[in-house]
Amino acid sequence: MHEFGLTQTIVAIAAEHAGAARVRRISLAIGQLSAVLPDSIQFCFDVCSRGTVVEGAELQLVEIPGLARCRQCGHEFFLAEPFGVCECGSTHLEIIQGEELKITELELEDLCV
Amino acid sequence: MCVTCGCSDGAETTLTHLDGAEHHHHLPDGRVITHTHAPHAPAHHPSPASPSSQPSVTVHLEQDLLAKNNLIAAQNRGWLKGRQILALNLVSSPGSGKTTLLTRTLRDLRPEMQLSVIEGDQATANDAHRIQETGSPVVQINTGTGCHLEAAMVERGLDALNPPLNSVVLIENVGNLVCPALFDLGEFAKVVILSVTEGEDKPIKYPHMFRASQVMILTKIDLLPYVQFDVEHCLAYARQVNPNLQIFQVSATTGTGLEDWYDWLRQAQQSIGKGMELIAKS
Repeated sequence: MHEFGLTQTIVAIAAEHAGAARVRRISLAIGQLSAVLPDSIQFCFDVCSRGTVVEGAELQLVEIPGLARCRQCGHEFFLAEPFGVCECGSTHLEIIQGEELKITELELEDLCV
Repeated sequence: MCVTCGCSDGAETTLTHLDGAEHHHHLPDGRVITHTHAPHAPAHHPSPASPSSQPSVTVHLEQDLLAKNNLIAAQNRGWLKGRQILALNLVSSPGSGKTTLLTRTLRDLRPEMQLSVIEGDQATANDAHRIQETGSPVVQINTGTGCHLEAAMVERGLDALNPPLNSVVLIENVGNLVCPALFDLGEFAKVVILSVTEGEDKPIKYPHMFRASQVMILTKIDLLPYVQFDVEHCLAYARQVNPNLQIFQVSATTGTGLEDWYDWLRQAQQSIGKGMELIAKS
């Protein structure tokens, strides 16, 4: 369950940026080839955020599909798993998308108003 | 229309649950968006995510969740490189024979190279005691409930171990084929260990680990006559996931195949000594 540790990281990063403000929304990009289960992040989020400025925030998860480029012929195609076979028969693939694991955006309460 | 992701009612929504509070949208470019709306709002597509009228600010971050671990791993890598130390991250499921392979390797190579060990387990110092019996320096890291080693733990382990210049540090990760694939420790290479008493399809069941590794060691091959394990299938699966994988077949009990693994270790250590990048033999 590495998702629990990652969710703790998400809450810590958001709280650090928020300071005294409350966090309304956290947007995450999670690649479908990143070995992280979005459902587990969602599950851990309530527990990890309890008692912090992140509590009650909306968690928006954007799953990024896996995309590979064949090292042999340059063809690009979608991957559901971190391996596959190109139409040219090659298994030498470079994963160019789908391994993302990041916070893209935070929406914070505006304290200046 | 949903303000958060721009979808319209009924369009490409594949799953709705939690009383409509959490739902998924599949976008034409393949992205899947999951989000919740405020629980007291109408079931689907209320106005913006923030129910209160108070204004909000949006901060663009693009912050990698593993950045902190990756930074410490890079520091470890520099620390090791400066001392010309070869560090390997040994990963496998529990019971693959990692510690047996390790103690045999330590005993056989002790006359020609200095080796030390960082042992990662959730609990007990049993493995560290087994390593200690070989006469090699060892530190034990117990992760408690943690399912993998992280770079910061290895940093502390290296501090405590203080390995000599031009030596080899073998890091035995927690037995787990999932999580350790994500966490760089600063090692030169990941070595994934698979035994013939496991399923031959493990490389495609746990592709992240086999893809992240540069070396695979198939252990317990002395048991092949007694188990149903198709070596050729297993190797084909492994190469499908990672065509560049360097594969060794060994028995740490009888010693079969160990010399090839030792040769790879010697070459890797020499390449570190020369400050060269070793590319696993294609």
